[in-house]
Amino acid sequence: MTASPSPVLPNAVRFEQVWTRFGDKLIHQNISFCLQQGQILGLVGASGCGKTTLLREIIGLQTPSQGNIFVMGKALPKQAGHLDLQTSRLSGVLFQKGALFSALNVFENIAFPLRELGIADKGFIQHLVIMKLQRVGLTTSDAGLMPAALSGGMVKRVALARALILEPSLLLLDEPTSGLDPIASEAFVSLLSELYGELNFTVVMVTHDLDILRDLCTEVAVLADHQLIVKAALPTVLACPHPFIGQFFHNRRANRVFCN
Amino acid sequence: MTDKATDFQAIPQLETVQQADGQFCAVLSGSWHLCAVVATPKLRALLQQCAENAVTHWDLRSVTALDSAAALIIWRAWGGQWPAYVQIKPEHRQLLQRWQAQVLPNPPPKSNLWIGQGIADSIGSVAGHLRSLLILQGQLLLDVAYLLSHPKAIPWAEISIIIYDAGVRALGITALVGFLIGVVLSYLSALQLKMFGAEIYIINILGMSIIRELGPLLAAILVAGRSGSAMTAQIGIMRVTEELDALSAMGIAHSMRLVLPKIAALSLVMPLLSEWTNVAALLGGMVSALVTLDISMGQFVMKLPEVVPLANVFIGLGKSAVFGLAIALLACHFGFRIKPNTESLGIETTNSVVASITAVIMIDAVFAILLMKVGVP
Repeated sequence: MTASPSPVLPNAVRFEQVWTRFGDKLIHQNISFCLQQGQILGLVGASGCGKTTLLREIIGLQTPSQGNIFVMGKALPKQAGHLDLQTSRLSGVLFQKGALFSALNVFENIAFPLRELGIADKGFIQHLVIMKLQRVGLTTSDAGLMPAALSGGMVKRVALARALILEPSLLLLDEPTSGLDPIASEAFVSLLSELYGELNFTVVMVTHDLDILRDLCTEVAVLADHQLIVKAALPTVLACPHPFIGQFFHNRRANRVFCN
Repeated sequence: MTDKATDFQAIPQLETVQQADGQFCAVLSGSWHLCAVVATPKLRALLQQCAENAVTHWDLRSVTALDSAAALIIWRAWGGQWPAYVQIKPEHRQLLQRWQAQVLPNPPPKSNLWIGQGIADSIGSVAGHLRSLLILQGQLLLDVAYLLSHPKAIPWAEISIIIYDAGVRALGITALVGFLIGVVLSYLSALQLKMFGAEIYIINILGMSIIRELGPLLAAILVAGRSGSAMTAQIGIMRVTEELDALSAMGIAHSMRLVLPKIAALSLVMPLLSEWTNVAALLGGMVSALVTLDISMGQFVMKLPEVVPLANVFIGLGKSAVFGLAIALLACHFGFRIKPNTESLGIETTNSVVASITAVIMIDAVFAILLMKVGVP
C-alpha cells in the first residue's frame, strides 16, 4: 500500500454563507470560504470587525445566525457549546490571554486534556507532557510553576503546549503574539513554524502582526465591512484594490514590513 | 464525502499473522492518532498482549499516520526498547527514536509532612491573620484621623453606594426572614405558655429576645452572607484584574478608598437593618400571638414598652454597629488575601463568610457577658 496523503483530505474549515448577528448588530454578512488542510490562514481586519467571533465560531463557542460551518468535514452543531468531544479534540485552541487554569500548575495544565481523555497511565502522561514542554522551549523545572508566576511569553508557550497535547489536526490561535516583546514574539513565530513543519497541522490565526502574515501565513483572509473581502496568498491580497487593504497594507508601517 | 472522512481517519488496527517461518508478526495499520487509539481500549490490550507474548516481528509499514503520542503508546508497550525485527517507515522510526532518546528528570523530592509542621503552620497562619488585621485597623485609624482634619476628602459617594447595596437592597430579605422567625418563635412559646396559663408573657419573651438578641443577630448573619462575601469577592477580582495596582499607581490608598467606605457604611447601616428586622419579627410574633393566643395587636403594642426596658433597644443598636464594623473589616481583610487564581477566590470568600459569622456570634457573647445587668427588668 503506497500511502500518499493527498487529494482525499476534506477541507480543514469550510464556511457556507455564514451570517452572524448580535441582536440588531450585524457582524458577518454572507461569509463563505474553504481552507485546505496544511495551510496557515491569517485572519486580519480592523478591531471589532468580527475576527475573534469568526474564530469562536470555528471553535464552536458561538453559532452563526445563518449558514453552516464544517470543521474537518464535519458540520458543527447548531447550538453553541454543544460540541461533541470527538470534534473538539480535532482542534487545539490558543486563547489570547492563554486561558490557563489558574488553580493548576504548568504540568497539570498541559496534562489536563490527556486526563480528560481518560488516560490514567502516569508514566505516559509524564513523558508526553515533558516532551511538549521541551518542544515549546520550556524546561522541566518550569513544570511546577503556577500560571500566576509566569511571564506573558511563558503563558503563551504553556498554552500552546496544552493546545498541542492531543496532537490536533487544526490549531486555532487568537492573537498569538499580542503582548509579547519583539524577541519573544519572534521566538514564538519561529517555534510555530518549526512545529508546523514537523506536526503537519492546519492553522487559523487572528493576528495584527504583519511580520507573521509575511513570514508564516500561507494564506491571508481580510475581513472588512462585515464581509470577507479576499482570501488568498499574500501577494494577491496586496494587489487587491479594496480601500481597507490600502489602509491596512499600504501604510508606512506596513510598507516597511512588506517592501524589504 | 463520507468515504473521504473515513479515509482521513482510518481506524488504527493491529493484527497478528503467522509468517512462513512460523514466527508471529504484529501488523499495524490505519492512522494511529492518540484520540483514536485511546478510544479503542481493545487495541491497547492487543498491543500489550503482543508485547507480553514477546512478538519479535513488528510491521508498521501500513500505518498511514502516526503522531508522537501514539508512538509513545507503542514505545511503552515495547517496554522502552526496539523489538528484534521492526519494519517501519523512516519518518515513523524517527518519532520512536525521539522517545528512545528522552530521559525523564528525577522528580523533585517530596517534602515530608509531619504533624508538628502542620501545627506550626496553622499557628503561623493565625498569627499572620492577626498581624494583617492589626495593620489594617491601624491604617484605618490613621485614615480616620486624616479625614477628621480633611473633611472634604471623605468618600461620600462610595459610602452612599454601599449603604444602598448592603442596606436598602437587603430590606426585603431581612424583613422576610425576621417575620418568619417571629411567627415561629411566637408559636412555639405560645404552646409552652398555654400550659401554665401565662399567655400574656408572650410579649415579654418576644420583646426581650428579639430586640436584644435575635434582631441584631439575624440581620448581621444575613448581611455577612450577603454583603460580606460580595465585598471579599469584589476586592479579590480587583486584585486579579490589577485594579488594585492601578489605584496604588494613582497614589490612592486602598484603605481609604476601598476599606473605609465599606466599614463606615456597614457600621451605619447595620443598626438600621437590625431595627428593621426587629419590627418585622415583632410583627410576625404579633400575628402569631393574635392567631394562637388571641392577644390583640393593640394590647401587644401597648404592653411592649412596659416589659422591655429602653436600654435593650440601645444595646441592640450598639451591638449592630459593632457587627457591621467586624463584617466589613473581615471581608476586606480576606479580600486582600486573595491571590490571582480562581481557587484562592473561592477559598477566601468562604473564609470571609465563616469568619464574619463566627466573629458576630463571639462579639454577641461578649456583649451578653458585659451587659448582663443592663436592661433586664
